[in-house]
Amino acid sequence: MKVLRRYIDRIKPGFEKGGKFEKLHSTFDAFETFLFVPNTVTRSGSHIRDVNDMKRTMTVVVIALIPALLFGMFNVGLQHFRAAGEVAMDAPCTWSLIWQAFWYGFLRVLPIVIVSYVTGLGIEFIFAQIRGHEVNEGFLVSGMLIPLVMPVDVPLWMVAAATAFAVILGKEVFGGTGMNAFNPALLARAFVFFAYTPHISGDKVWVDGMTKGAGIIDSFSGATPLTDATNAVVEKASSLMWSNGTGPWDWFVGTIPGSIGETSKIAILLGAVILLWTGVANWRIMLSVVLGGLGMGLVFNLIGADAYMEMPAYYHLLMGGFLFGAVFMATDPVTASQTNTGKWIYGALIGAIAVLTRVVNPGYPEGMMLSILFMNALVPLIDHYVVQVSIRRRNKRLTLTITE
Amino acid sequence: MFSLKIWKVLTSPMGENNPITVQILGICSALAVTAKLKPAIVMALSVMIVTAFSNLIISVMRNSIPSRVRIIVQLVVIAALVIVVDQILKAYVYDVSKQLSVFVGLIITNCILMGRLEAFAMANKPWPSFVDGIGNGIGYGVILVILGVFREIFGAGTLLGYRIIPDAWYIKNGGFYENNGLVLLPPMALLCVGIIIWVVNARKKKA
Repeated sequence: MKVLRRYIDRIKPGFEKGGKFEKLHSTFDAFETFLFVPNTVTRSGSHIRDVNDMKRTMTVVVIALIPALLFGMFNVGLQHFRAAGEVAMDAPCTWSLIWQAFWYGFLRVLPIVIVSYVTGLGIEFIFAQIRGHEVNEGFLVSGMLIPLVMPVDVPLWMVAAATAFAVILGKEVFGGTGMNAFNPALLARAFVFFAYTPHISGDKVWVDGMTKGAGIIDSFSGATPLTDATNAVVEKASSLMWSNGTGPWDWFVGTIPGSIGETSKIAILLGAVILLWTGVANWRIMLSVVLGGLGMGLVFNLIGADAYMEMPAYYHLLMGGFLFGAVFMATDPVTASQTNTGKWIYGALIGAIAVLTRVVNPGYPEGMMLSILFMNALVPLIDHYVVQVSIRRRNKRLTLTITE
Repeated sequence: MFSLKIWKVLTSPMGENNPITVQILGICSALAVTAKLKPAIVMALSVMIVTAFSNLIISVMRNSIPSRVRIIVQLVVIAALVIVVDQILKAYVYDVSKQLSVFVGLIITNCILMGRLEAFAMANKPWPSFVDGIGNGIGYGVILVILGVFREIFGAGTLLGYRIIPDAWYIKNGGFYENNGLVLLPPMALLCVGIIIWVVNARKKKA
């Protein structure tokens, strides 16, 4: 440790103003503050005195994502083995199976993570150099979220293109970390969704090797619960049938096809506990998203026009990326509502619109991504009116005291 | 005929006073017709011709138009020219005219036209007005062509119908590449216009 500190102090003057590598100051600063706690503090503006800085906040989120990432790796392997017929659907979960599946998934997921980080951080560093400000840590989280919301079969160059799109047009044009109007990770997913639709929808891409079609047994289906439900609506089926004989319990555990990080609700809840316990994410948003989704589900239960609408409302929480979005995406402090009342409205509408899109529009089986992006766009409006209402109420109180 | 002043009138809309990137006019049609390069070029030519000749006609009439009804007079002139252009397109390039569909008719409401008439033709002599119309048409056309080239190459892998990206690259033929469906949608065209404006502004700030 001491050696490193001494080395950094020795090369530091070269990066200061007038030094040899003056232009690379922000790069140096990024690495120095990454390794050691910086001794600069906020001096202007009103602020709360706290040991927490952006680096630590971001690190907590990355730690909260690790359960979902590890389970995602295991599940990628498990689904692949099941699809290839090497592991039966009801095979007992032995340690050797877990280890093998994890190792397989690790080798498949790691490249996606690396591509996402290298592209995103590369662009961040370039922009920091051009603008002469310091490198921000915001991308540490986005770079981890992007692989988790991708299907495992997505080509790597698409991940790179989507990441570049999200970082440049979603973040840098608005002024970098903390200024973005939309969640960068979801923008990356939306980019792939609209640009390369066949690679992120359907019933093949969620299981590794299934698009190539070779060596897949006939009895296995790569359809996610959402695909099943949407197909049932399109075919006007009288009841919902789930592929591979899975049920709500499997969806909860996460041993189903799906985007890498979204399948296991246990892992996501573990992440939620970390986020709430450290106070990084806001419980109001998480709760209101869940309530909004449940409420919309119950409304559909009352209408009951097709099999999807009659499905128990709580299924929506277990299907697809609903919970992942509620815990990791909707709670993004930059793009979420800033006021407490606003947070309730924002969250409830995210949940409601997500379920509405799922059930009513078969073209978009997963409404969570679009509903969060949509509500991100409405956040300034919500906040504006919440603040206005509050001001008006106080004004009324003020005039009353004067007349008395 | 080609004094320095006229030259400025002609070139300024191509750069520092571009109708799309600086005046932010005519965005709507720029997003709608640029999915392929050919309709973009035809649209750019149509707008250039209509702008130039409506500028010329209005400039000739400018002293006899009562100012209270000038907008209506301008619209009649533009509408007449647009109908002529539309008929010519239908007669000679029917397929492109089909692709452009309503957007040829909507040249009437293109803000560039009204903007130039109000801002330039009503106060200048016929020849400079005509040149101004040509210049603005070219300034508009340059952006349309840039968008058309970008969107056709990345959205369809072709340029003016000729294949640019080899067939063997595509995933369905065992390659790795795939066309970008987002580029063909109008929102991406809007983002592209935004990026062009960004680049233009960044260069202007430096200069």
